[in-house]
Amino acid sequence: MSISVKDASIFYGDFKAVEDVTMSIKPKSVTAFIGPSGCGKSTFLRTLNRMHEVIPGAYVEGKISIAGQDIYGSGVDPVAVRRKVGMVFQRPNPFPTMSIYDNVLAGNRLNSKRIKKAEADEIVEDALRGANLWNEVKDRLGKPGMGLSGGQQQRLCIARAIAVQPEVLLMDEPCSALDPISTAAIEDLIHELKSDYTIVIVTHNMQQAARVSDETGFFNLKAAGQPGHLVEFNPTKQMFTNPDNPDTEAYISGRFG
Amino acid sequence: MTDIDLSAQETELSHATLPRGAQWLVAIAAAALGGLSLVLGAGIVGAVAVGGLAFVLGYPLWALLVENRRSATDKLVTGLVWTAFGVAVIPLIWLIYMVVARGTAAISPEFLTYSMRSVTGDEQGGLYHALMGTLIVTGIAALISIPIGIMTAIYLIEYGKGSRLAKAITFLVDVMTGIPSIVAGLFAFALFTLVVGPGTRFGFGGGVALSLLMIPTVVRSTEEMLKLVPDDLREAAYALGVPKWRTITKMVLPTAVGGIVTGVVLSISRVIGETAPLLVASGFNPNMNTNALEDSPMMTVPVFIYTQLSEATAKGVEYAWGGALVLFVLVMALNLIARIVGTIFAPKTGR
Ligand SMILES: Nc1ncnc2c1ncn2[C@@H]1O[C@H](COP(=O)(O)OP(=O)(O)O)[C@@H](O)[C@H]1O
Ligand SMILES: [Mg+2]
Repeated sequence: MSISVKDASIFYGDFKAVEDVTMSIKPKSVTAFIGPSGCGKSTFLRTLNRMHEVIPGAYVEGKISIAGQDIYGSGVDPVAVRRKVGMVFQRPNPFPTMSIYDNVLAGNRLNSKRIKKAEADEIVEDALRGANLWNEVKDRLGKPGMGLSGGQQQRLCIARAIAVQPEVLLMDEPCSALDPISTAAIEDLIHELKSDYTIVIVTHNMQQAARVSDETGFFNLKAAGQPGHLVEFNPTKQMFTNPDNPDTEAYISGRFG
Repeated sequence: MTDIDLSAQETELSHATLPRGAQWLVAIAAAALGGLSLVLGAGIVGAVAVGGLAFVLGYPLWALLVENRRSATDKLVTGLVWTAFGVAVIPLIWLIYMVVARGTAAISPEFLTYSMRSVTGDEQGGLYHALMGTLIVTGIAALISIPIGIMTAIYLIEYGKGSRLAKAITFLVDVMTGIPSIVAGLFAFALFTLVVGPGTRFGFGGGVALSLLMIPTVVRSTEEMLKLVPDDLREAAYALGVPKWRTITKMVLPTAVGGIVTGVVLSISRVIGETAPLLVASGFNPNMNTNALEDSPMMTVPVFIYTQLSEATAKGVEYAWGGALVLFVLVMALNLIARIVGTIFAPKTGR
C-alpha cells in the first residue's frame, strides 16, 4: 500500500510541530526518516496511523492517504486505520501481565476475537517466526514477555504488530534502546519484512538509514522553536552520495546535528 | 613504586577504631546504669530513659575520643534514628499486646455466637449481632463505594485529564477526604430522616455514611494505580487497533488490578472501625438484626464496644476488650488479604 502525503502540517494545540510535508511512500519498500532531534520525525510518523491525535489538543492539517483512501476523511475510524498500520515504539513495551504467547495474540485478545486454539497457535508461530524470535522462545511461550532481553522484547513487539496482519509497519527508532547485536538482528528482520509490508522507520543513526532503507526523507528545523519540515526526499543511494540540498549534505557528512 | 605498609597504625587511609563489639559493651554499661537508677527508685520509665540516653550519648562520645568526629556523628544519628523508631513502635506493640491479652479473656463460643438480647446483669451474652451488623454495614459501604470510586478514578485518569470537570471532581474528592466522620453520619441520618421519616436509624443508613468516607480513598488509591500504568502500554494497545474502552477494560485495569484491590481492601479496613457515623446513622440494638433495609437499628462492633464501655461494669469492660480484639482481628485479616492479593496480581516480570 502506497502512502501519499500532501501539505501536511501537524499541531500540538497552538504549537505547529511540522509544516507542509509532501511525500509519496512506495509500497513494499523501506522508507527512513532522519534528522536532528526535535524536528518532528516521531510526530510525523504518528500521523500515519492516527496515533498523533491520542494526545489532547493535537491535530493534523492537509491530506494523508493510504492506498488512495484519505485516512483523515470524515467517517474514517482511527481504530480501523491502526489495524492496517501497525507500530513499533522506541522502547520495547510488551504487556507486563501477559505471557509471550498472549503478547503476540494481544491484538486479537484485547479485541475479544474468538479464535480456535489451533489457529491461535498458528498465528503465534507465524508471527514469532516472522520476527525471527521463534527459535529463541518456542520452549517458553508461557513465560512473561517482560522476562526477555531488550532486543528479544523489541522483536516480540514486532511479532505482536505483525500478528494482526497490517499492511504498513511504522517503527520509531526501534533500535535506539538496543545493543549492536540486537540492532543487527532487527535490521536483518526489516530486510525480510520488506517483501510483505510497507515499512517506515525513524532512525537517528544515518548508517542504519543507509543500510536498511530504499528511500530516505531528511527533516530539519529552520531554527529552534520553528516547525520542522521535510528538506529532501530521495532514494537512499542518491541521498547519501549526491544529495540535492546542501543542508542534507551538511547533516550527512556530520557537520551538524 | 614502593610498597606501602598498610599495617602501620596511622596512615592517611586508616585510623584507630573502637574494639569489635563496642556497641554491646556500651549497651551493657547503659543497661547497668538503667538498672542502678531503678534500684535507686527512678521507676521503670525513668530507668529506661536513663539507659537509653546513656547509650545514645555514650557510644558516640567513646567514638569521638577514639576515632574521629565523623564516626561519632554517624553513631549519634544512628542512635537517634533507632530511638525514634523505638518510640514509634513501642506504643503499637503495647497496644496490640493489651488488646490481645485483655480481649482473649472475653472470647468464648458464647461471646461469638450470642446477641445481647434481654441480657441483664452478669448473664452471658455476646457480640454476634454486632459482628453480623459490621459485616453487613461495611459490605453495603463497599458495594456502594467500589464501583463509584473505581469508575470515578477511571474517568479522571483515562478520559478527563486536564478538563474542567475532572478538576472539579478532584477538588470535591479532596473535600470529601476531609469530612469529619461524624458529619458523614449526620448527613446519612438527615438524608434518611427526609426520605424515610424522622429518627430513622438502620443498617443501610450506616452503609451510606461509611461509603461517604470510603469513596475518596478508593478514588485516590485507584487513581495512583492507574497512573502507574505507563502510557507506552496504552499506545501499544491503540497501535494494535484496540479501541480505548477495550484498552482500559482489558489492558489497563488488569495491569493495575493488584494495586487497585489492595487499595480497596485497605479502604474497607479503614472504615470498618468507624464509630461515630454508625452511632448516628445505624444506632444501637441489643438484638440480632440482619435486615439492613428495615427501619430498625443495626448494631456494629465499634458501637458494641462503645456501649459496653459506657456500662462501666467489670463485665462491660471485659466485653469491650473482647469487641476490640474481634475488630482488630478483622482489620488484620483484611490487611493480610490485601497483601496476598497484591502479590498474586503483581505484573510478572521474572525471567
Ligand atoms: N506530546 C507533545 N506535546 C507537545 N509538544 C510535543 C509533544 N511531543 C513532541 N512535541 C514537540 O514536537 C516537536 C517534534 O518532536 P518529535 O516529533 O518528538 O521530534 P523527533 O522525533 O524528530 O525528535 C518538538 O518540538 C517537541 O517538543
Ligand atoms: Mg522521536
